[in-house]
Amino acid sequence: MLGALDWQAIVFVRAWRDPSASELIGAAAGGLAVTGALAAVVLLSVFRLWRPLWSGWLTSLDHKKIGIMYIVLSLVMLLRAVIEAALMRLHQLVAVGQGGPLSPEHFAQLFSTHGTIMIFFMAMPLLTGIINYVMPLQIGARDVSFPLLNAISLALTAAGAALVMVSLVIGRFSTGGWSGYATYTELAYSMGEGVDYWIWAVTLSSLGSTLSGLNFAVTIYKKRCPGMTLFRMPLFCWTTLCTSILMIFAMAPLTAATVMLALDRYAGFHFFTNDAGGNMMNYANLFWLFGHPEVYILILPAFGVYSEVFATFSGKTLYGYRALVFATMCIAVLSFTVWLHHFFTMGQSANINAVFGIATMTIGIPTGVKVYEWLMTMVRGRIRLTTPMLFAVTFLVTFVLGGLTGILLANPTIDFSVHNSLFLVAHFHNMLIPGLLFGMIAAVQVWFPKAFGFRLHEGWGVAGFVCWVAGFYLAFMPLYALGLMGAMRRTSQWARPEYGPWLAVALLGAVLVLGGVFCLAMQLFVSIRRRKELAVPVGDPWDGRTLEWACPAPPPEWNFTVIPKVASGDAFTVMKREGRAYEMPDDIEDIEMPANSAVAPVICVASVATGFAVTWHIWWLAVLGLAAGWGAVIARSFVLDTKRRIPAATLRASHAAWLDRLRRTVPVSRAGETDPRNDGLAEHGA
Amino acid sequence: MSGADTRHPGLNLGQTDAGGHDAAEEVVFGFWVFLMSDMVLFAILFATYATMSTHGQAGGPAPLDLVDLGSALAETLLLLGSSFTFGMASLALKYREGRTRLVAWLALTFVLGAVFVGWEVHDVHVWITQDDAPPQRSGFLSAHYLLTATHGLHVAAGLLWMAVIAVQIGWFGLIREVKLRLMRLALFWHMLDIVWIGIFTFVFLYGAVR
Repeated sequence: MLGALDWQAIVFVRAWRDPSASELIGAAAGGLAVTGALAAVVLLSVFRLWRPLWSGWLTSLDHKKIGIMYIVLSLVMLLRAVIEAALMRLHQLVAVGQGGPLSPEHFAQLFSTHGTIMIFFMAMPLLTGIINYVMPLQIGARDVSFPLLNAISLALTAAGAALVMVSLVIGRFSTGGWSGYATYTELAYSMGEGVDYWIWAVTLSSLGSTLSGLNFAVTIYKKRCPGMTLFRMPLFCWTTLCTSILMIFAMAPLTAATVMLALDRYAGFHFFTNDAGGNMMNYANLFWLFGHPEVYILILPAFGVYSEVFATFSGKTLYGYRALVFATMCIAVLSFTVWLHHFFTMGQSANINAVFGIATMTIGIPTGVKVYEWLMTMVRGRIRLTTPMLFAVTFLVTFVLGGLTGILLANPTIDFSVHNSLFLVAHFHNMLIPGLLFGMIAAVQVWFPKAFGFRLHEGWGVAGFVCWVAGFYLAFMPLYALGLMGAMRRTSQWARPEYGPWLAVALLGAVLVLGGVFCLAMQLFVSIRRRKELAVPVGDPWDGRTLEWACPAPPPEWNFTVIPKVASGDAFTVMKREGRAYEMPDDIEDIEMPANSAVAPVICVASVATGFAVTWHIWWLAVLGLAAGWGAVIARSFVLDTKRRIPAATLRASHAAWLDRLRRTVPVSRAGETDPRNDGLAEHGA
Repeated sequence: MSGADTRHPGLNLGQTDAGGHDAAEEVVFGFWVFLMSDMVLFAILFATYATMSTHGQAGGPAPLDLVDLGSALAETLLLLGSSFTFGMASLALKYREGRTRLVAWLALTFVLGAVFVGWEVHDVHVWITQDDAPPQRSGFLSAHYLLTATHGLHVAAGLLWMAVIAVQIGWFGLIREVKLRLMRLALFWHMLDIVWIGIFTFVFLYGAVR
């Protein structure tokens, strides 16, 4: 009835029977997860929010709400993964020369969940959320091409994240790292449910990402407003397009790899086993055929955000727009030609390594082009060093540093000495933290006022920036040194006392990063409390240049009263310059928006049930879950009335109210950008 | 961008249903993108097959041992035949030849597809019982079964989809939504043909030659 599931699987029972420090920490983490879930249920019940949550959010097909839900999901997962990171550093410091608090198996689970969450359930949802919110607005569209598919993508991603969270309480997670290398993850070496949790969580997330990529690419190709040629798109849309194309092509190898691994584990196939003709090299190839483009899936959207930030907060048009577009495309294409540099040491010939090494270094060229163009954008600009710009400038310096270590690693002869060491760990954190996380935090700072109608508190933003940046440098610079001293990654304890001071500094850094997360939470809390003085109802707090600033904050469900027409890049800047930004359109028509649908939540629940069931071999539940998910899709195809009509009168009234509010608003100069006078109407050219 | 000016890859409703033609632009393009992603999946499976069929035999059956060219030819004719009948169904849709004729062609497609899947299941039965070549025997066989079964599952999914659409034709008549779904199913069905030609060539013909 319950497959392989028994009482022993529950973390609290394990801690009761074996009250070691490691199990108690596990139980505490499980307790936190349960408490958090219960607290959410209680709060929703006490404030009677279930119905608004259901009809306003979970069943909504509005790209803006789906985007926000993605971001909320990613921030929850970020919190867990950062705590895990700090815990690992604490353990390693305590464990120098003696046993630390965590068992090696528990430590291995921690680095596996940390990596899996950070890539699949923090980074991916965060960038997908930002893209979801911003891109349709930037191209002057009312929604994405396939709104229901968009909700289903979120449902699949959330289901994967839920599986990782469930593994905190029921059973154990994989100990095979985020990359889940066979043959270690084969049944012969990793019995039990851990790897299965990983397989299904990652598979669900990769399916969701494939569908997101498809949706975004089609939206950009087919839903641009009249006059918005590809080369008039904001750069963020270009990076979104490249990321989407990478998602369409690169997620399939991951799905293939996880399915093959699952067949090996569940049905005794021999794709990656040591015996019977299995070949783990195939796994390495398939995984990194996904894994390397994935790096650019993660980084390109942040490049887009930085491009918008540098232009907006320097008050200038982006320098070298076309070159930036070509550089982005080059990176997207080259990203498929370098996957082998993840396993230079696995025995292929030196010539093959050389080819991939050179290809890897080549990526530095378009990236270098970008760095110079961002610098040139700032030259002679009127730069405002507010939170997003602080992150952007820090990114430039930090990312170049990480890129240089990447060039070192791209050389196979050097890679042989530092492969799999903490030097590598330092390198990829040095790329992804500035190249993804800082960019996305900057994006939240920039677009939060658009989404919610009030700015984020600047003081807490700067405090968070200090924590993040200082934390990053303290946490990861020591790892370069440790790596060169010979410390290998994923090691739970070392006997060498000289590692101690470096690990102590790294722990301090991790704690500061945790402080950065705290500041982000405080910033949100304080901003919500002071939302009246931070309000920017007119919708253009930063003197924005692109179309998303041409509507109120928050934008109405339909985004634009009439679909805008553009004749150049920086469309909104031109509209403001020509005095056409705030007019009453005379051709307002009835429009249709997608009506709510319960299909996505049903698929989410069905996917969690199926994933959990196959992890624990509860076959009846797996069949039931699959039937429910596909049944919902088929049932939906019999619903023809999927649109909701919004009359022109409603649009006109809403637009008039906005213009009325605008007329009562005093324009604010750039100097007053962060003080309460900023109601979202930028004084032009000031 | 309206009416018959735009041409999509695939079936164009064009003059016979201008509104449907316009509505097709976004969804059919989206489906092409999906097919592209699906093709990448098959490409990965082919690549895996290529390495495993040479390096992963582990002393067990070789590709030649599984080849029954007669059976493969019959399957090929069934599937290509079903593509032809689907093509006729598409033309019936485009030129409004009436529901009966459309459904008749679809039914024929369904039967051919179902016989194809049945034949594949029979193949698997023979491989396992007579050739002693189950997927657990070697890496090569694992790759062989995954590649053919992924294609077979796609065909089976296409059959389910076809059945649902047949019900919808009866239920709603040939409304625009149903038309657009048929157009996408047609693309899906023809893509499976292309994949099968790959399988026929690399798995069966090449296996027989080697």
